[in-house]
Amino acid sequence: MAITIDEVYETTSMTLYQNLDIRTTTLGINLKPCIDSDFDKFRKNVYELVYQNARKLIDETKKLESKYGVPIVNKRISVTPVSLIMESHCTREKYLQMAITLDKAAEDAGIDFIGGFGALVQKGMTASDKLLVESLPEVLSKTQRVCSFLNVGTNVAGMNLDAVNLLGKMLKETAKKSENAIGCAKFVVLVNAPEDNPFMAGAFHGIGEADLTLNIGISGPGVVRSVVEKNKDGDLTDLSETIKRTTFKITRAGELIGRELAKNMKIPFGIVDISLASTTAEGDSVARIIEQFGIERIGTHGSTLAIALLMDAVKKGGAMASGNVGGLSGTFIPVSEDTGMIEAVQKGALSLDKLESLTSVCSVGLDMFAIPGDTPEETINAIIGDELAIGIINNKTTAVRVIPVPGKKAGDSVNYGGLLGNVPVMKVNKYSAKNFMRRGGRLPAPVTSMRN
Amino acid sequence: MKKELLFITVIGIDKKGIVARVSNLLYENDINIEDINQKIMEGYFVMTMLVDMNDSKTPLEDVRSKLEKIGKEMNLKIQIQHENIFKMMHRV
Repeated sequence: MAITIDEVYETTSMTLYQNLDIRTTTLGINLKPCIDSDFDKFRKNVYELVYQNARKLIDETKKLESKYGVPIVNKRISVTPVSLIMESHCTREKYLQMAITLDKAAEDAGIDFIGGFGALVQKGMTASDKLLVESLPEVLSKTQRVCSFLNVGTNVAGMNLDAVNLLGKMLKETAKKSENAIGCAKFVVLVNAPEDNPFMAGAFHGIGEADLTLNIGISGPGVVRSVVEKNKDGDLTDLSETIKRTTFKITRAGELIGRELAKNMKIPFGIVDISLASTTAEGDSVARIIEQFGIERIGTHGSTLAIALLMDAVKKGGAMASGNVGGLSGTFIPVSEDTGMIEAVQKGALSLDKLESLTSVCSVGLDMFAIPGDTPEETINAIIGDELAIGIINNKTTAVRVIPVPGKKAGDSVNYGGLLGNVPVMKVNKYSAKNFMRRGGRLPAPVTSMRN
Repeated sequence: MKKELLFITVIGIDKKGIVARVSNLLYENDINIEDINQKIMEGYFVMTMLVDMNDSKTPLEDVRSKLEKIGKEMNLKIQIQHENIFKMMHRV
């Protein structure tokens, strides 16, 4: 059946007026073949492999943008967790040098972020993992493009609280070393981290992956908001069906472009991540979708129900549209990258406590939020522990990306300029969990993990 | 015969010469028009053209920028996209 004028108009309107784009194409690269006992040679190998593949990604991406008239906003690289490849070179100085090498390869190739400077420490930490964490304040403040992650728990391993307990201190040091604490925006701590996540800061090329793989992150809060806006009176099932149909279409665009890009690059296609990812562009906001549902501001009562409905509908529509859904495939509600979220905090509608509860119905985590710089280390660790416990117990990925901003208190804001805009500093609970957190050790794996 | 089909979408206020200018550009670049439709939607004039670029020597990027130039001069939004994206999004 021929494509009708209405169908052409619908798709074209999505790209012209509703910010439909492919949010990210992330090329995963296995760095293990680069390892050499000569560290200079090792770095040279890493630079060459990253640079050559990144250039190819950018060139092929441009061709498809033109063919389909759909912007591909970010071209990124994820690499093998760096602590693994540095096992025989683990000194702080060498970690910093490796980070600078990755940063330079990304910069020279025209890549904005390169992920994977991290470690998987859900059961325990190797000497290399510990040095990596120790090197982070310098790495995150002295490089521009390197993103770091730490996976501190899984549903089957439980949670490594000793690793969590290193992070409050590390984040506060990073905050002091970088302007407005922006270094902290490039570090995320997770549980159940997917090995094929295309989104930063948590992207890395998993150890179960091939030498190269291409993963796609779709987008579309603006498109979903627009269809919800036209559905003023539908009940919850109507609303869910409308969102499902739209997400199906958006995901199909990602599926098409992702598979064709992988084919043109002659590498395996990995997954489509069907997360709705906000930007600060007008209307491209998950909070605005919730407002169109009939919630005055995200964060008020009813918001958790609304996000639950949105999430489930997005997943159902997306699952039908792609042969391989993967990555995070949740909905992101980063405070600082969503104009509706920023406003909700500023107006007092959204607190940290409510944000945490929203993440339990399948957003990915507490993301890109600022807290006062004098927040005690143990409190930062406890915020992380709370959020990650939600992931462990509910068998899902959860993550925390927190920015403790020196010299700022709750109610202040930090102006990052550009895409990040004005980020409000959120209030944290003044009571301490110090004596609980210092117990350390491991949170045992939940009983739901015993499936054999 | 092999075809390379793309949709051109024109959105804006109806005025004289839209079809003439777009068709002329396509003719000059050896692009065949397979089908044309037009309709008023949400208050806008919308025209779609299904075109075959198989014989054209002009790179798609150049056709796109020439169309955008016409769009700018006539105060219209003009987009060109390969037909595969419409098939993927609207046909299961």
